[in-house]
Amino acid sequence: MNAVADRLRPLTGHRLFWPVLVLVVMILANTIYRPGFLSIEVKNGHLYGTPVDILRLSAPLMLVALGMTLVIATGGIDLSVGSLCAISGAIACLHISEAPDQNSPATVLTALALAFGAALALGAWNGVLVAVIGIQPIIATLILMVAGRGLAQLVTEGQIITINSGPYRAIGLGHFLTLPLAVFIALAAALLIAAFTRRTALGLIVESVGGNAEASRLAGIRSSRVVFLVYVLSAACAAVAGFMMTANVSSADGNAAGLWVELDAILAVVIGGTSLAGGRFSLGGTILGALIIQTLTTSVYAMNISPQTALLFKAVVVIAVCLIQAPAFRARFSRRRRGTTPGPTARRREKEQVPA
Amino acid sequence: MSSTSLTTGRAWRPRVPRRHVPVLATLALLLVMYGVGVSQYRAFSNVQVVFNVFIDNGFLLVVAVGMTFVILTGGIDLSVGSVVAMTAMVSASLLQDGLPAALVLVVALLIGPTLGFLMGCAIHFFEIQPFIVTLAGMFFARGMCTFISDASIPITDGFWTAVSQERIGDPRGNFVSIIVLIAFAVVLVAAYVLAYTRFGRTVYAIGGNPQSALLMGLPVGRTRIAVYTVSGLCSAIGGILLSFYTLSGAPLIAIGMELDVIAAVVIGGTVLTGGSGYVFGTVLGVLVLGVIQTLITFDGSLNSWWTRIVIGGLLFAFILLQRLIGIRFK
Repeated sequence: MNAVADRLRPLTGHRLFWPVLVLVVMILANTIYRPGFLSIEVKNGHLYGTPVDILRLSAPLMLVALGMTLVIATGGIDLSVGSLCAISGAIACLHISEAPDQNSPATVLTALALAFGAALALGAWNGVLVAVIGIQPIIATLILMVAGRGLAQLVTEGQIITINSGPYRAIGLGHFLTLPLAVFIALAAALLIAAFTRRTALGLIVESVGGNAEASRLAGIRSSRVVFLVYVLSAACAAVAGFMMTANVSSADGNAAGLWVELDAILAVVIGGTSLAGGRFSLGGTILGALIIQTLTTSVYAMNISPQTALLFKAVVVIAVCLIQAPAFRARFSRRRRGTTPGPTARRREKEQVPA
Repeated sequence: MSSTSLTTGRAWRPRVPRRHVPVLATLALLLVMYGVGVSQYRAFSNVQVVFNVFIDNGFLLVVAVGMTFVILTGGIDLSVGSVVAMTAMVSASLLQDGLPAALVLVVALLIGPTLGFLMGCAIHFFEIQPFIVTLAGMFFARGMCTFISDASIPITDGFWTAVSQERIGDPRGNFVSIIVLIAFAVVLVAAYVLAYTRFGRTVYAIGGNPQSALLMGLPVGRTRIAVYTVSGLCSAIGGILLSFYTLSGAPLIAIGMELDVIAAVVIGGTVLTGGSGYVFGTVLGVLVLGVIQTLITFDGSLNSWWTRIVIGGLLFAFILLQRLIGIRFK
């Protein structure tokens, strides 16, 4: 038994082990409950099936969570992403709805550019509050979270703007190479962010700022510039997610678009193994986290449970994940275990602390 | 911040303690807003307008008082809105089942503090961030609401309707409801506890610097768990008041209320990093939100989303104010 555990240690010690395990268990449970869960069929040259749906529906959450990962890695948090989704979607839909030809690509591109620009400006506002004025991130972004939804409703004048634009709808529902276009957009964003953070020193700088902003500044890193940048990036990701959400339903609702996405995004980041204290991050973990949340949501809906009651399940997941991650909880747990069987758990903990 | 907050500035400065500045700013803002209201609308000067602000925001006031305790220790409680809704839901559903009102009150008042206690324990013993723990609490309580019922449940119980309709007024016909009296009672108890008891001083000490508080031998763990329990209790009372106010329990009620509550506490001058603030400031903060709402209702041409934008703007102004005061006196 111990030999098996020893051999598995490199695997279980990997930081993506737990998220992958959770996802696999959830898919297995779903397949047992509903044998058709994994079946995929081809219709009109596109793939259809529950797994494809989960991928498509998790794309906006993935985008928001990717931006959130970098923000959290600097030791911050961005509560305004839900409002930003609503604002960007509202601006884009408003522009398209006022255009004479809603299907013209130029109109859609202008709408996207306008909304994207607004989101960048609001991200810069967050960045200035946190990096320049030095307000606690949770508070600084709370302002835009409260006021932002008001702004989104101001843009839509409290109405739900419905549009009928093929190119815009494609962002949410279009297909490319048999798979939903949204998946590719999320994937492209992930690869772009991964390239910037892992192929350049940016990722290291972000982690060092999250570890200790003051020490990084003394070491010659322009901490405030990095912090500013991650908030702008988070807003940009949220804007694209906002396009997807509104494109999915071909309408912009300032009140409901992106509601509670910030909480799901934070959850995805935490499930993915990024510490809320900052200092290290895992983009792969975040993507897994987003997939886990969407799988959970989809499977709960499949059991005919209302979306609101699904929150109960999410609460259980949040607590379980946080407890597993909490050093204090692990220490308590391993101390108890060490009392009876000394060895493996204690050694594994020591090993884990090194790369952090 | 709190360690030097007893200094009152140099002799040539007006002798206003620095820690009072945010509260005074809120008071000034409230008076200006009320003045604007009175100058614009004749009916605004009616005393009943002020009473109505209290009646409409009584439950918010009670919840904000609980949140003040949590924020003073440097924590945050995102679960309050959901706990308010859950309490109202539980009360409504138990009353529908025909349980006596007294028993329902006891049960409803026990759930909130229990959840708060558990969240406090998770925060203290496992060192998980309050933000995440209370977020889970929020999910849990909101999930429980729809678990109890998908639709709103009306309350027809005699005690509830009697409390709801009771008008306590002066001879000129202005009145307040029992909600307001309960809210005032909670405010007074909370203000006394924070200002004059050992527990209150420990709350400020933890917010000022948890390490120092620990080294001073203060019961940090017990107090930290206690503030979340207090917040849970206040949310439960708030939930009961809301059920008096609406005479129903609805699963989607009070969504986003935690943000209004946090905004009220911050606008009331409590510093979000903890250690500085007053219950009186929180009362002013709630009044500011209430008067904004009233102004927008009186105006008629402005829409409700302006409330969100104005609250966001005020939040910004007060956080900036706190920050500026903090910098200037450092």
